[in-house]
Amino acid sequence: MGKFLIRRLLESIPVLFGVSVLVFLLVHLIPGDPAIALLGERASPDSIAAINERLGLNKPLPEQYLIWIGNVLQGDLGNSVRGNIPVASEIRSRFPATIELSMTALFLAAILGVPIGIFSAVRRNSWFDTTSMFGALLGVSIPIFVLGLLLIFLVGVEFGWLPFVGRLTGTMSIERITGIYIIDAPLTGNWEGFRDALEHLVLPAITLMTIPLAVIARITRSAMLEVLNQDYIRTARAKGLREISVIRIHALRNALLPVVTIIGLQLGTLLSGAVLTETIFSWPGIGKWLFDSIVARDFPIVQAVTLLIALIYVLVNLGVDILYTVFDPRVRSG
Amino acid sequence: MATTAKSTTLQLSEEQDSPRYSFYKDIAQRLWKSPSARLGGFLVIIILVISIGVPLLDNYDARRDRNLGARYAEPDCVIGLFNGANEESAFTCDYPFGADKNGRSIMRRVGQGMSVSLVAGLFSVALALSVGTVIGLVSGYFSGWVDSVSMRLIDVLLAFPSLLLAIALVTVAGPGLRNGMIAVAITQIPIYARLSRSMAISLRNSEFVLAARSVGADHFQIILKHIMPNSLAPLIVQSTLGLGTAVVETAALGFLGLGQQPPYPELGKMLADSQESLASGKWWVMLFPGLAIVLMVLGFNLLGDGLRDALDPRLRGSD
Repeated sequence: MGKFLIRRLLESIPVLFGVSVLVFLLVHLIPGDPAIALLGERASPDSIAAINERLGLNKPLPEQYLIWIGNVLQGDLGNSVRGNIPVASEIRSRFPATIELSMTALFLAAILGVPIGIFSAVRRNSWFDTTSMFGALLGVSIPIFVLGLLLIFLVGVEFGWLPFVGRLTGTMSIERITGIYIIDAPLTGNWEGFRDALEHLVLPAITLMTIPLAVIARITRSAMLEVLNQDYIRTARAKGLREISVIRIHALRNALLPVVTIIGLQLGTLLSGAVLTETIFSWPGIGKWLFDSIVARDFPIVQAVTLLIALIYVLVNLGVDILYTVFDPRVRSG
Repeated sequence: MATTAKSTTLQLSEEQDSPRYSFYKDIAQRLWKSPSARLGGFLVIIILVISIGVPLLDNYDARRDRNLGARYAEPDCVIGLFNGANEESAFTCDYPFGADKNGRSIMRRVGQGMSVSLVAGLFSVALALSVGTVIGLVSGYFSGWVDSVSMRLIDVLLAFPSLLLAIALVTVAGPGLRNGMIAVAITQIPIYARLSRSMAISLRNSEFVLAARSVGADHFQIILKHIMPNSLAPLIVQSTLGLGTAVVETAALGFLGLGQQPPYPELGKMLADSQESLASGKWWVMLFPGLAIVLMVLGFNLLGDGLRDALDPRLRGSD
C-alpha cells in the first residue's frame, strides 16, 4: 500500500513538471514578440523595453522558467496586464463562485445519476432503461452552450421563472465568509439572500450537470450489469436472498467502485464546462474571468487559470487513483 | 421483420464455419441489427447531404450577405404553418428559419455552418488520428525509452481538460478556424496514441508478427502491414465518437470567439451572437444553429456506439 502510494506520487512529479513547462511556454509561443502581443502593434520602444524588463522577457528562457516557477510555488502568479492586479488574490476572490457552481452540479449529477444507472441495470431493457439511456445519449450530445441558451430562453425569458444573470440580484448582498453564497447566507441567517442565491444557481447548475449526469448514469448501469452477471450474484440468489438484498448488499458495493472513479474524473469536464457555463450566465467565477481575459488578450491571467485548472485536475486524478486502491485491494498488487 | 432477423442470425452462424464467411458482411449485418447504428447512420447521411449539398448549390458570399430590411425576420413558413395564412399576410417562405440582426437567412447560414463544422471535425480527427496512431504504434512496438518519453508527453497533454487546453492554445496562437482545428486535434492526440499503443503492445508478440519477422520483414513493414490493419477497428470506433467531440469543441471555440471569425458562418459563433437577442424573445436565432449542432453530435455518437457494438470482438458471438 505504502509502496504504491509513493510510486503513484513520484509518477505525478514529471507530469506536473511537464504541465508547468507547457503553461510557461504558452506565453512564449505567441508568434512574434510577446511584448508586442501584450501591448499591441503601436507600442513605443520604451514601453516594450519596460514590459520586457518587468516580465523578465530579456533573460534566457530556462532562467525565466526558474524565476516564474519559483514565484508560482510561493503563490505569486504574476500580475494582470490590465490594471496590474495580482492574479493570485483575484483567483482567491473568484474561485468560490466556480466551486459553488461546479460542486452543486457534480452533487446533483451523482445523486441523480447513480440511482438512474442502478435502476436501469436492474430493470434492463424496460421502458425506464430505454428512455433513460436515450436521455443519457441526448445529454452527452447537447453541448453546454446550446442547453444553457435553451434554458435561458424557455425558463428565464418565456416563463420568467428564474433569473439567469450573475449570482445575486443587484440589490442583495451576502456577508462573505467562505465566498460560497449558499453556505454563507444560512450561516449569517440571511434567508432572503439564500433564496436569491439558490434561484440564481438553478439554471447554470442544471446546464453544467447534464454531461456528468449522463456519463455517471451510463457508467453505473454498465458497472451494475457486469456485477449482476457474476457467479456470486447467482449464488446469492440461489441461496434464497430477496432480490433487494442481492442488489443492495452484493451488487451495489462492488459496482460502485468504478462509479466513484468516474465521478472524480468528471471534474475535468466540470472545470472546462464552467468556462462556457459561466460565460453564458455571467457567473463571476474563474471561467468567466478566463473568457474576459481571452477577449482582452491578458495572457498572465490565461496562463494562471490554465495552470490552476490543470493542477486541480492532476491532483484530483491522483486522489481518485489512491482512493481506488484503498477500496480495491486487487489494484495494489497489479 | 422479426422472421428475417431470425433467419439472418441463423445464416450468420452457418456462415461463420463456412469458407465463404466475410468479415465485412458480418459487420454490415451487425450494424444493421443495431438500432443506434441505424438511427446514427441515418442522421449522418442527412448531415453529409446538407454539408456537401449546401455549399454546392448555394453560392453564398458571407461578405455581401446583409439585408437590413429583414432584420430579425421571423421564420415565415413556421409561423405561417401555426397561424394559418390569411389575406393580409400571404404565405411566404423567404426566411424558413428566420433572419439574424443583419437580415441574413439563418437557414442558409446554418447549412453553410454545418459544412464548416463537418470539415473542421474531419480535419481535426484526421490530424489527431494520424499523429496519435504513429506515436502510439511506434512507442508500443519498440517500447523502451521511445515509449517512456512519448508516453510522458502524452500524460502532460492528458493533464489538461481538453477544451481548456484548446482554449489556451488558440488564445496564444491567435483566433481563427485553422488554429482552432489544429488545437482541437492536439487535444485529441492522446486518445489515439494510447489506443494504438495498447493495440501494438498486445500484437507485438503475436504469432503472425513473429512469422512476419522470421521471414525477414523489417519493423516498418510489420507495423504498417501487420499491426496497423489489426488495430483499425477500435480506431474507427474512436474516430467516429471523436468526430462528435471535435464538432462540439470547434463550436465551443467559435462560441468563445476563438474560432471562425465573422462574417463567415459558424454554428458556435451564431449561437454566441444569438445571446443579445434572446432576452427579447427572438428564439429562432438561437434554436436552429443549436439544433444543427445537436443533430451532428447525436448522429456521430449514435453511429460510434453502434460501430463499437458491431466491431468490438469481446461482444462478437455473444448474442
